[in-house]
Amino acid sequence: MIVQPILNVQRLTKTYPTAAGPLTVLHEVSFTLLAGGTCAIVGPSGSGKTTLLGLCAGLDRPSSGSVELAGREIGSLDEDGRARVRNECVGFVFQNFQLIPTLTAFENVLVPLELRGETGQAEEARGLLERVGLGERLDHYPVKLSGGEQQRVALARAFINRPRILFCDEPTGNLDGDTAHAMVDLIFGLNRERGTTLVLVTHDLELAGRTSRIIRLRSGAVISDETT
Amino acid sequence: MNFILKMAWRDTRASRRRLLLYSLSIVLGVAALIGISSLGDSLRAAVDAQAKGLLGADLSASGRQKFSETTLTRLRAAGGEMALGVATTTMATFGDTGHRLVQLTAVEGGFPFYGDVETVPAGALTRLPEGNNAVVEEALLTSAGLAIGGEIKLGPTRFTVVGVLKKYPGQSPFAAMFAPRVQVSMPALQATNLLNRGSLSTHTAYLKLPLAIDAKAVERKLREDLRSERLNFATAEERKEQLGDALKNVFAFTSLVGFLALFLGAVGVASAMHVFIRQRLATVAILRCLGASARTGFAIYLTQGLGLGLAGSSLGVGLGLALQFALPLLLRNLLPYQIEFVISWPAILKGVAAGVGVSALFTLLPLLEVRRISPLHVLRSGYEDEDRPDPWRWAVYAAIGAAVFGFAALQTSSWKLGLAFSAAMGVSFAVLTGAARGLIWLARRAPTGRLPYTWRQGVANVHRPNNRTLLLMMSLGLGTFMLLTLLLVRSSLLAQLRGMGAGERPNLMFFDVQADQLEPLKTIALREGVPLVKISPIITMRLSSLKGRTAEELVADKTNSLPGWALRREYRSTYRAALDTAEKVIAGKFEGAVPAGAARVPVSIEESLAKDLQLKLGDELDFNVQGVPVAAVIGSIRQVEWRRMQTNFFFVFPMGPLDGAPVTFAAAAKAPTPADTARLQRAVARELPNVSTIDLGFVLGMLDGIFTKIAWAVSFLASFTVITGLVVLVSAVLMGRHQRVREAVLLRTLGAQRGQLRQIMFAEYTVLGLLAAATGGGLAVAANFLLARFLFKVPALPPLPLLAGAVAAVTALTIITGWLANRGVSGHPPLAILREET
Repeated sequence: MIVQPILNVQRLTKTYPTAAGPLTVLHEVSFTLLAGGTCAIVGPSGSGKTTLLGLCAGLDRPSSGSVELAGREIGSLDEDGRARVRNECVGFVFQNFQLIPTLTAFENVLVPLELRGETGQAEEARGLLERVGLGERLDHYPVKLSGGEQQRVALARAFINRPRILFCDEPTGNLDGDTAHAMVDLIFGLNRERGTTLVLVTHDLELAGRTSRIIRLRSGAVISDETT
Repeated sequence: MNFILKMAWRDTRASRRRLLLYSLSIVLGVAALIGISSLGDSLRAAVDAQAKGLLGADLSASGRQKFSETTLTRLRAAGGEMALGVATTTMATFGDTGHRLVQLTAVEGGFPFYGDVETVPAGALTRLPEGNNAVVEEALLTSAGLAIGGEIKLGPTRFTVVGVLKKYPGQSPFAAMFAPRVQVSMPALQATNLLNRGSLSTHTAYLKLPLAIDAKAVERKLREDLRSERLNFATAEERKEQLGDALKNVFAFTSLVGFLALFLGAVGVASAMHVFIRQRLATVAILRCLGASARTGFAIYLTQGLGLGLAGSSLGVGLGLALQFALPLLLRNLLPYQIEFVISWPAILKGVAAGVGVSALFTLLPLLEVRRISPLHVLRSGYEDEDRPDPWRWAVYAAIGAAVFGFAALQTSSWKLGLAFSAAMGVSFAVLTGAARGLIWLARRAPTGRLPYTWRQGVANVHRPNNRTLLLMMSLGLGTFMLLTLLLVRSSLLAQLRGMGAGERPNLMFFDVQADQLEPLKTIALREGVPLVKISPIITMRLSSLKGRTAEELVADKTNSLPGWALRREYRSTYRAALDTAEKVIAGKFEGAVPAGAARVPVSIEESLAKDLQLKLGDELDFNVQGVPVAAVIGSIRQVEWRRMQTNFFFVFPMGPLDGAPVTFAAAAKAPTPADTARLQRAVARELPNVSTIDLGFVLGMLDGIFTKIAWAVSFLASFTVITGLVVLVSAVLMGRHQRVREAVLLRTLGAQRGQLRQIMFAEYTVLGLLAAATGGGLAVAANFLLARFLFKVPALPPLPLLAGAVAAVTALTIITGWLANRGVSGHPPLAILREET
């Protein structure tokens, strides 16, 4: 069976204009990720990890180079076009959870499907929340949930649209040790169950070690790309 | 769509009470619009329902002379019933020193045929034929300090007041203020001899026509048949139309005042939405991250904006209906009759549409930002969205301008007035925005180093990020501007009126002085120590032709635009050798005597009448001077200062040509004290009872009363703008409360006392309130100057005490409101506030 690449990044560069002149935060980064694989992007603060994640997930546009996500060149799409790709193919988990504070846990999970105009997926949302251990907290608002619980809601939301690729930005950065451990187990468990490609941005080398590939960045450039 | 609605609703969960408060900004504006418009509709409905009651008959014909038998026969020939009435203006005296100008009337026959008559006690009018009984309007009883059973003297005759006239067809509330109606029986009126002495009286025939007969057609025929009589005709339908037009104008202008409150409220809603959207930045970014398009995000918050508009408008409907009850109470003495409360659905729809429409338009401005919120906010909290010019912003500004213009033009039925209103609003907004930006600039650069810390911090709050300076300047400044303009214009007008009798100018006028009464009047005046200072002969005449065409032809010709009243009216003209001090020739040369060999008499015409009759120098016109034709030519055009308390004339003839014509005189006197005025008035009323006297002091009092009533009604509506400004202020303070709490907590943690926090707040709101009020005051002074100079043509007053009082009051209101809205911020322990508010 031939495994197709899900993410193909070529000579990706991101430059920001500043008062002191252009600032390049990412310089000619290239790599390809196969569907179903797991990959960690690591590096010190300011190395360009989050910028790379943003570009790969279609949250931002590159200054040069290309990003092909699920067979579509997303650099050439406008913001709404990239939003469509995100909705159809991408799941996100962020360090600070990013739940909508005015929606309950259940409603937060349903948002990606509602955006597509899909209805009648309540069972699936309920199932996912039960899978992450929050079957009893469906009607709770984010403010009533602990950090770990909020991150589990975010994980359930990330999987509700059956994404082909899951981007996680420091998913355990705001969690204590035990909670972080449980969270990582959940991410990898769900990833395995659903055959999703996983891209992790992290400082945590132990967490990075659980992926099959580690890309190291420094000063906006790839300094190593290892398969573990 | 379903998701957008659902999301818009869900997103308000944590802030519904706050959003409701924001929506309150437009409640008063919508309420004012609905209240005014509903009242207008109720009045129009009442006018329609009581149309015939306005005149009391189907048709009336009136003239200055007693009807001849031929005229009466022709009037009777119209069919139906006829009643005859006569009215004259005369002085009533009462007690030892009391006197007042009254409208003495008597009616014979079944008048009024339509409409209600209300007297206290009921049926008092039936007691008139019993003898020298009178039923009088309440204004007379009040000023005379009389009660029913009291006595008044009309000419030589004493009358007993047997009732109070509360309601009577054709009764005018304004006329009652100047000269209250006194109704007596016809024989009693004739017995006073007041009609025989040439006083200015009006004889009216009232006709009640059979149902099948069209009053308009009868009017046309009678006009034709009685052309030579020069009668004035009126039908109930015409009265209805005239009143309808007047009401339309009044309500159009007052609704603009309401619209201003709505407009200001919409600015408040938009500002609240701006802050709200900034707080929703993360939510929008998350939605964008999860695949929502820019349009979806925009639609969610637009739905909320519309919801706010709808909520505010719905509350406004309730308040507007309540206002409909309140307005008639305020306008009680200015309305022609009682009105019934009617729910006007068109007015409600219009108010709600204006509320939702204007707030939606304003909400679009902050909502445009939603389209540009990047999903990158979820990765970096400090991410800054791109800041390039947005052409849609200009489109929204244009739409707001068009909406303001459209509303004003529709209300006033004049695109010019619509444009003037929009331009005035544009200028006000520009000045207030400029002042706000100037204040921010100044606060940033002001050398506050020597001020105490609390004042430095307070002043800094004016320019720091997320300040509400612009919004507060706008809302408070505009409110102050509106209210103060009304007060200033009123005081300028009153000051001008008071100045009319100042210095050497006369303050007492005598009318209807017969030729043989002139010498006795002079004697009385000299005897009472108040000599006459000016005497003008008055000759009544009518226009018979204009530039070769007869007045009748011109009236009948629908293609010409000359006003019918100017062609039909009776002119009271004078002759003089020289111009008066209140007059100035602006074209031609005034002739005090007829030049030798002149075929036509050179007359001087007043400027506005020349414009109305489209006459210029050299144009020929013919007068009918009580049966004698006089050929004239326009020799000069005069500007007349009508506001002077003296007799002014449309036409002034030279000496000579009018000699021998029946003449009456008007005379003026300057009484040094009110006691002199009263003494002379009483003496004239006693000895020359047909002579009408007008006392400037009394007129001033009346005008002041009317101005006060109108100003009170308009100020009541304008105060909606100020209250809206305060609601916007409360919203603005609450919007920034979150930030203030954090700062207060931080300062408290660092050791700040509660008193210090209050001082900071006091400093900030003092600076804001003071400048907003001063800018609004400055705008009001400018508006007063422009209105006084160009519209009312009176000198504009610089009323410093009023200005200072208004500025102090608005500043105090700002501080109190700011303090109330910030209550609790400084009074709780830091940790508790952090948990509760952040």
